[in-house]
Amino acid sequence: MTLALIITALVTVLAAATVMSLRNLVHCALAMAVAFSGVAALYLQLNAEFVGFAEILVYVGAIAILIVFAILLTRSGETPEKSVLTSGWLAGVAVSAMVFTLLGWAVLTSSALPKEIAIAPAAPVKNIGDALMSKFVLPLEIVGLVLTAAMIGAVIIALKEDKKDNSGGQP
Amino acid sequence: MLGEQIIKGMAVTARNFFGSYFSKNRLTTVQYPEERLPQKGNTRQFPFLVYDGDDAEKGLRCVACQICEKECPPKCIYIVKSKDKKPDYKGQPQIYPLTFDIDISVCMSCQICVEVCPFESIKMNTEFELSTADRFGDLLLTKEKLAKPNSYYQKIHPADAAESDAVIAAEKAKAEAKAKAAAEAKVKADAEAKAKAAAAAAAAPIAPPPANPPTTT
Amino acid sequence: MFDQLDQIFVNALHWLVGFVPEVLRPLVTPLICISFILMVFPAFFSIITIFERKGIGRIQNRYGPNRVGIPFTKIRLAGFGQFLPDGLKMLTKEDIVPRAADKLVHFLAPVVMLIPVLLSYSVLPFGKNMTLADYDAGLLFFFAVGGAVEIAVFMAGWSSRNKYSLLGAMRAIAQMVSYEIPLILSAVSVVMIVGSLKLTDIIAHQNHYTFGIAHWHVFTPWGFIGFVLFFIASLAESNRTPFDLPEAESEIIAGYFTEYSGFKFALFFLGEYLGMFAIIGLGITLFLGGWTAPFSFLAWIPSWIWFFGKLTAIIFVFIWIRATLPRLRMDQLMNFAWKFMLPLALINILVAGIWHYMAADWQRWLVCGALIAGAYVLLGRGLMQNQKLGKRIYRYAE
Repeated sequence: MTLALIITALVTVLAAATVMSLRNLVHCALAMAVAFSGVAALYLQLNAEFVGFAEILVYVGAIAILIVFAILLTRSGETPEKSVLTSGWLAGVAVSAMVFTLLGWAVLTSSALPKEIAIAPAAPVKNIGDALMSKFVLPLEIVGLVLTAAMIGAVIIALKEDKKDNSGGQP
Repeated sequence: MLGEQIIKGMAVTARNFFGSYFSKNRLTTVQYPEERLPQKGNTRQFPFLVYDGDDAEKGLRCVACQICEKECPPKCIYIVKSKDKKPDYKGQPQIYPLTFDIDISVCMSCQICVEVCPFESIKMNTEFELSTADRFGDLLLTKEKLAKPNSYYQKIHPADAAESDAVIAAEKAKAEAKAKAAAEAKVKADAEAKAKAAAAAAAAPIAPPPANPPTTT
Repeated sequence: MFDQLDQIFVNALHWLVGFVPEVLRPLVTPLICISFILMVFPAFFSIITIFERKGIGRIQNRYGPNRVGIPFTKIRLAGFGQFLPDGLKMLTKEDIVPRAADKLVHFLAPVVMLIPVLLSYSVLPFGKNMTLADYDAGLLFFFAVGGAVEIAVFMAGWSSRNKYSLLGAMRAIAQMVSYEIPLILSAVSVVMIVGSLKLTDIIAHQNHYTFGIAHWHVFTPWGFIGFVLFFIASLAESNRTPFDLPEAESEIIAGYFTEYSGFKFALFFLGEYLGMFAIIGLGITLFLGGWTAPFSFLAWIPSWIWFFGKLTAIIFVFIWIRATLPRLRMDQLMNFAWKFMLPLALINILVAGIWHYMAADWQRWLVCGALIAGAYVLLGRGLMQNQKLGKRIYRYAE
């Protein structure tokens, strides 16, 4: 556990906590971008370059912008008056702590967990590409197909509904 | 094909770019403090006062009639009349302005003062480089700064100056003619009076000699 | 002798680091490199602003700035001293924050804008052995940090609480997101051919000569059209005319930095230009051979001179385009990105694949060239087809 790891972890956790506690939704979205960047930094510290860069490219560059757009297009910028915490927050914390303990216990005692920490395999970008294009080509294609279908669906939703209205004598 | 017209447009701008280095005629701008464009004939900025001759104090045409002060829409003219009189170009004794201030930060260059002046004494200047570091002191033009010789007026607005010179000359001629006629009439009257007196003297030699006739001024 | 000159900065770095004790070296070396970037590129930016103003002036048959030279002397240097008073003016101007603005986000936006831009310089090869961080996935890194600029733009536009700022930010983000796709796809063709995301590998792939002419990617059919696509997309990414809708002065004042003044405005300005230089630098690396010479007999010229020479040349083309083309409309912008650039970039990837698998002879040139030319003509025709050109009829503004 190096100093850099502690710093990035702290920043990430703090940003994540901020996302949950702030009232202004746009602030929350920006804090989420910080949390994403922190996660990317953690990946980079684990020498997972590709995942780290992809995290920044996809999450900070695209998802955060998407969330921000969604907030701006769906509601006014007014912050809600009521408190973030509801009255039952204590019960919520207790339940989540219990779930966390259970999950942690299950993971730690699992027989699938290797007893000694394996040496992290070097994963240069080239190997990732080779794996995606040979061993995992079917999942990749399926993901591509699903995304294409989603995009076509989005286009159809966004299309103008009444075609007659469009051709109605406008220049 | 897509992009053809873009290439054409780029060729035009490239021609402009290189052309501007080779032909001076292309350049539309003038390097101002060094080069200047000639001003248009009817250029006007702010008013000034015309004086005849060499002495600004003596030859000032203004007679402090205050018409311009009253007509000025933004009220930027301030005049104080003199108590004494001095002779104008016609030789008549006239009041003159003790103070004549124009605040050019207020003036709107409407030229109404010039239109209403009956004495051809306030005219529009073409001077435009009036920037100063003191906006209160230096933008309030006093009589001394406003007074410009007639030769300056002839230089900046030759046509207008000739017109106003003609008006002044006509006024002067008229005044002179009037004076001459008055003098002649006086001479005639004097002669008549003399003749009468002589006749009277001849008739009554003991009558007293007539008093000196009042001199025409 | 020329090798010495070529490696002068590398040797200077080693010489400087030599003064530092062994323990501190890993810390000091990046610091020197960072300060090099922080010095060179803003200085380059300030010179380029003068070139831009003078160049556009000449194109519009004016002189451009030609007064300011060395301070306190009569030497005018044809106006090339202009950047100094401009910069001083920016630094000393009052910093105005709107009362309704979100103060913290408003303050952070220019900083967030500049950080990814400066980060993207770390992977660019400025010359032989002159790459600061030669990542395996350098290209991916560049695009990743480039994507983070959008969030800064959004922060600036949203926090100003100004409708023009917000409109500008929305336009900027829509434009950046749309043009990032053809930008990345045109770079993908290079990655396919080279087989690496490492920028030094991409340059090494171009750094050999036949008949004295370099194997730059731009000299191949797929590389040429890829370069054209990359060039157009980088114009849009750096918000330059004709894609300057985000800061269209005549419509929305200055777009997302309308409410910025003084030093923060200068930061935005700097960030925008530095982003432009970075993306041009990447384009040079991908298609124009990076720091390599076009002809083998010119290879003796130091590599960093080639890089900065190419950079300057492309910037001049940018300036030339800025002075020539009018601004696009929003729908034209989107149509161009999605109906022309994206299909052409996809076809280009296909062509790059064909190029890779066909034998290296004249047939390869013929097939790939014909495919590219046909796609270009047909797509261009398709783009122009539905445009009702002619006199515009206004519905409300009569």
